Amino acid sequence: MSVVKRVSMIFKAKANKALDRMEDPRETLDYSYQRQLEMLTQVRRGVADVATSRKRVELQMNTLQQQQDKLDRQARQALGGGREDLAREALTRKSALQSQLGDLQTQYQSLQADEEKLTAASQRLQAKVEAFRTQKETIKATYTAAEAQTRIGEAVSGISEEMGDVGMAVQRAQDKTAQMQARAGAIDELMASGALDDVTAQPNDDIQRELDQMGAGHDVDRELERMKLELGGEAPKEIEGNAPGAAGNTSNGQAGQASTAADQPQTGDGS
Amino acid sequence: MIVRILGEGQLTVDDTVSTELNELDAKLQAALNAGDEKAFRVTLEGLLARVRAAGTPIPADSLEASDVILPYSEASMDDVRALLTDDGLIPG
Repeated sequence: MSVVKRVSMIFKAKANKALDRMEDPRETLDYSYQRQLEMLTQVRRGVADVATSRKRVELQMNTLQQQQDKLDRQARQALGGGREDLAREALTRKSALQSQLGDLQTQYQSLQADEEKLTAASQRLQAKVEAFRTQKETIKATYTAAEAQTRIGEAVSGISEEMGDVGMAVQRAQDKTAQMQARAGAIDELMASGALDDVTAQPNDDIQRELDQMGAGHDVDRELERMKLELGGEAPKEIEGNAPGAAGNTSNGQAGQASTAADQPQTGDGS
Repeated sequence: MIVRILGEGQLTVDDTVSTELNELDAKLQAALNAGDEKAFRVTLEGLLARVRAAGTPIPADSLEASDVILPYSEASMDDVRALLTDDGLIPG
């Protein structure tokens, strides 16, 4: 027998098996309806789980993206400061993050597709459950037990097939979500352990430290330049000429200040 | 006839297409027997695509049972083998 025939047969047999246990047709209707309501809850929970998973992956993607942006900035800063070695290091780390990000993007798209499929399945089931409830009440009110048997069979087999399908879809989504949660957890752990931190956005990561030092070095150089210009602009030759004496002047000045300071209380006492 | 694609819902498909679907089904069986995952993938995708193209989705509130049930599109050979066993993928 072909694949499709066997799948169809076994699927239908399984979907209907639970319902065959009922002896009273009305009991079958109520039992089936209870199962339908449970299945609706289950599929809605499934949609929520997938959505949670998708949001988690989204957060991780944002974090990695920010880290990449930062490494990009650092590379530019390093290159601007003539540190090609540092820029290369930053870009190497940036490209290492790219594969992680690509992986997360694939996961994200897959979860998004699952979410859409399950949402659609949930809506289909919802519509069928409502239709079933209407039929159930009609059958119960109008027909004798013997007539009801056939009608119930028709109504129940259609919806139990749907429930089997939805149940499988929820199961698949849950399995996949569990796998992705495990991978997302692994990335979170990686981030927490510092393995990714070294590469990335710590306020004091090594690239930033070097850039800060570079910046600090530049600041000192700039300040020196400025001071030289200031002093040189007023009287460059004098300073050069008086350089040895400058220290003497300073100490004299200090001595003068000290004596002035010492004089002040005296002045105060005198007055 | 009414065809269900697992995970996607039910469609009404004209009976004239059934010969074509049977051929694809036989190819699917051959790929499964040969353990040829690639051929299996291509054939399953082809089968589902043909049904989607030829079929009209039935209203969501219809309670009709399907004549034929097809595996979901991402099903692997192992998934389908599991579908064919009693303690397989189908809950209940």
